[in-house]
Amino acid sequence: MSASANKQSYDLPAAGLRKFWLDFSESPTAVIALFVFLIILFIAIFAPWVSPSNPYDLTSVDIMNSRLPPGSEDFSGNFYILGTDGAGRDMLSAIFYGLRVSLGVGALSGLVALILGASVGLSAAYFGGRFETIMMRIVDIQLSFPSILMALIILAAFGKGVEKTIIALILVQWAYYARAARASALVEKNKEYVEAAKCLALGDKRIILSHIAPNCMAPLIVVGTLQTAHAISLEATLSFLGLGLPITEPSLGLLIGNGFEYMYSGDFWISIFPGIALLITIVSINLVGDQLRDMFNPRLQK
Amino acid sequence: MRQALEPILKINNLQTHFFTKAGILKAVDGVSFEIAAGEIVGLVGESGSGKSITGFSVMGLVDPPGKIIDGNINFKGKDLSALSNDQMQNIRGNRIAMIFQDPMMTLNPVLRIETQMIEAIQAHDGGVSREDARIRSRDTLGLVGISSPDERLRAYPHQFSGGMRQRVSIAIAMLNRPDLIIADEPTTALDVTIQGQVISEMQKLCRETQTALLWITHDLAVVAGIADRVCVMYAGRIVEQGLVANIIANPMHPYTQGLMGSVPSQNQRGKPLQQIDGMVPSMLNLPVGCAFQNRCNYANEKCSNMQPDITQVADGRQVRCFNIPAGQQL
Amino acid sequence: MTAFILRRSLQSIVVLFIMSLIVFVGVNLVGDPVDMLINPEADQAEIDRVIRDLGLDRPVSEQYWYFVVNAFQGDLGRSFIFGEPALKLIVQRMPATMELALVSLLMAVVFGIPLGIYAGLKPNSKFSKTIMAGSILGFSMPTFWVGIILIMFFSVHLGWLPSTGRGDVATYFGVTSSAFTLDGLSHIFLPAFNLALFKLSSVIRLARAGTREVILQDYIKFARAKGLAESRVVRIHLLKNIMIPVITIIGLEFGSLIAFSTVTETVFAWPGMGKLIIDSIYNLDRPVVVAYLMIIVVIFVMLNLIVDILYSVLDPRVRIKGVS
Repeated sequence: MSASANKQSYDLPAAGLRKFWLDFSESPTAVIALFVFLIILFIAIFAPWVSPSNPYDLTSVDIMNSRLPPGSEDFSGNFYILGTDGAGRDMLSAIFYGLRVSLGVGALSGLVALILGASVGLSAAYFGGRFETIMMRIVDIQLSFPSILMALIILAAFGKGVEKTIIALILVQWAYYARAARASALVEKNKEYVEAAKCLALGDKRIILSHIAPNCMAPLIVVGTLQTAHAISLEATLSFLGLGLPITEPSLGLLIGNGFEYMYSGDFWISIFPGIALLITIVSINLVGDQLRDMFNPRLQK
Repeated sequence: MRQALEPILKINNLQTHFFTKAGILKAVDGVSFEIAAGEIVGLVGESGSGKSITGFSVMGLVDPPGKIIDGNINFKGKDLSALSNDQMQNIRGNRIAMIFQDPMMTLNPVLRIETQMIEAIQAHDGGVSREDARIRSRDTLGLVGISSPDERLRAYPHQFSGGMRQRVSIAIAMLNRPDLIIADEPTTALDVTIQGQVISEMQKLCRETQTALLWITHDLAVVAGIADRVCVMYAGRIVEQGLVANIIANPMHPYTQGLMGSVPSQNQRGKPLQQIDGMVPSMLNLPVGCAFQNRCNYANEKCSNMQPDITQVADGRQVRCFNIPAGQQL
Repeated sequence: MTAFILRRSLQSIVVLFIMSLIVFVGVNLVGDPVDMLINPEADQAEIDRVIRDLGLDRPVSEQYWYFVVNAFQGDLGRSFIFGEPALKLIVQRMPATMELALVSLLMAVVFGIPLGIYAGLKPNSKFSKTIMAGSILGFSMPTFWVGIILIMFFSVHLGWLPSTGRGDVATYFGVTSSAFTLDGLSHIFLPAFNLALFKLSSVIRLARAGTREVILQDYIKFARAKGLAESRVVRIHLLKNIMIPVITIIGLEFGSLIAFSTVTETVFAWPGMGKLIIDSIYNLDRPVVVAYLMIIVVIFVMLNLIVDILYSVLDPRVRIKGVS
């Protein structure tokens, strides 16, 4: 009984794509969330082509149009479905560009953190010994501190800016990946195919990369989706506080932050709409991640 | 032998079914038997025969998706299956008590023994003071053979050994002097040496206090040692019941015969143990006709077409089989 | 038991030292200490003087030694902006932050545990599903955004509650808190609720998961078999068993409450440590940043220690050695 459960524990998502979809679509919420996320992704990638205007092209922005409420038109006949901000920029376009930055930073930092964290986790599990103990101790200590605190510390030490924010996000996230990678690598390490590979005298690097890593992908992907949502949220928080990305690369967080002061005078749309966009992004990623996690959880398998 | 008194528990055609996604599981499919006051009855069957569910049905503790869908459970004049949960709460732990199989999991690990005993008393007699309840608990612990009961009351379950924990469970069952105790495999999880002690002590206790006992087990040998009468269950139905001595000496149902044959004993030294071939049929997919047919040496065509009814035999014995020698039937 | 406490305390002290080393390394070796600790607008003569004063021209190990010695004496540098000792600034603001964090924790626990237990006992009811959906939402929404929505709704739109600042304080039993006055309560409600929302969803999930696991246990069935009323089964048997993991995690998460208060305090202009640190990072007031980090580390280590001890007190299996 347990032998078959072992083999069945994690399915490669690429193989059996059809089965994957069947399992995934068991939750209609997750399917909708995935769909919404794909739309957001599309907008983010093709923002310059999809937006009504380029809000950062100084020639097309007129301060006379500032703080127009949603659904208004300006003198030149431009329609602002979500209104304009304090400098006269079209909110919808600003949001589209903002999505681009938020998703870009979140995904990039997530990817690097994944590679870094997974490498550490896999090696720690494989080589064991002192190396593993030390690395995991570091991971444990880091994970016992809330991520926002870590990010603040790093930004306080290094200063602000795009690269520094991305580095901060990477440094905050790698520990989660490391822990997940190590946990599943430990499980895989004891399986027969690893012993078989060792018998063939394959090099350590080859064993880790070609044999163990692919089987650990599933939980890493789950961590990846949830962490990306977390990273996007964290970056938004940092930018809102004025400590993250600079004005030249406005993410949704920055837009919200900039619009915050206008709220007290009733011009809520400058802050709220970017916030809604942020919320939809994070919630959709979380829902997809939740479903993925349930799918790959051996305890919930039928 | 005990005088047969008026039955305190009368189960008639009990049907408890489980409505699962895979289908309807007929865990208890028409079970009828009686227990008289002060009598010890054994309910024997292998796992999945429905014996534990029978016990839970009497207590009203069948978890969903299970439900009692037919039959009545007559306890001292009242039909338990028709009572509300609140009414059953008055009876549970009070007039009918239950002992579970694994004492490690039955006692709450984060509460002291005295808490778990006192609450059992106060749940049914609100007028009892905490000190009086504590004294009664202490005395009952002494009754089941636990030394230094005052200290033991203050202890936590994990500080006891398995046998001691089971004695505590027995003590809890006896706290309110119930009329009937249902014991669901109470000694299965214990060491063999402790088993013997617990069995004989329970027997002594029940005799002394005139408490009826329903002993649910898979082990016919245990039942032989303690019970007055025994009911043998298979696939949700009782296939044979009667006085223990009679059944052991002369098992009539093929399944009972198989059970008797597979118990290692002095007489069979040197001979290979008998086995009953085959497996219990899936409870979701019972065959038409007798449930035992695919493992029975005497099965014939009649057995595969119809389910046998109860046949009355001498000495109050009942057998559910088509193949009883004609001379024995009443 | 005392041996256990002693051992954990010793471990905590070791961690404290390691963390102080990390902070020291971070400030002096990774960043530029001249930038970190010296006002960027000072002229060269000033810079030289401060370098000598702060001992930055001495070898690193000596610097660390002075760092530790000074830390013990409560000297963690002087703020550029305020000119006051950094530690003093932080300690002044600590009560406000603690107050906020504690009220939030109370809210999260008082609402979260019953809701979570309900969702665990009746997982298929409409209310339960709403609770769980709400908790996913609460988990996903960034704290600052919830704060903005709360302000927009309750302050700007409805005008029910004030949106900034801390209310009047009163003192009872030697404790001074704004939660003791009506004005104080009206000011603390929104930010505490904001902070609590995030924790609320994780408390609910925890309580629900714990309940679902415990309710299946044999001892619950046995309690029912004794004829106990269902309310007692839930109140005593269930609750005590789920409290152990719940309290452990809540205790650890108290630390993250303090961390997230940085955001909430900024949104609601709450005069606590959190707002101070954000402003300080923004204004490059490094000594305050360093002081804050050290304080936070101390708080965290102490918190871990307390939770460990609490856990062993709550679970008798850990506290008392068993038989098997």
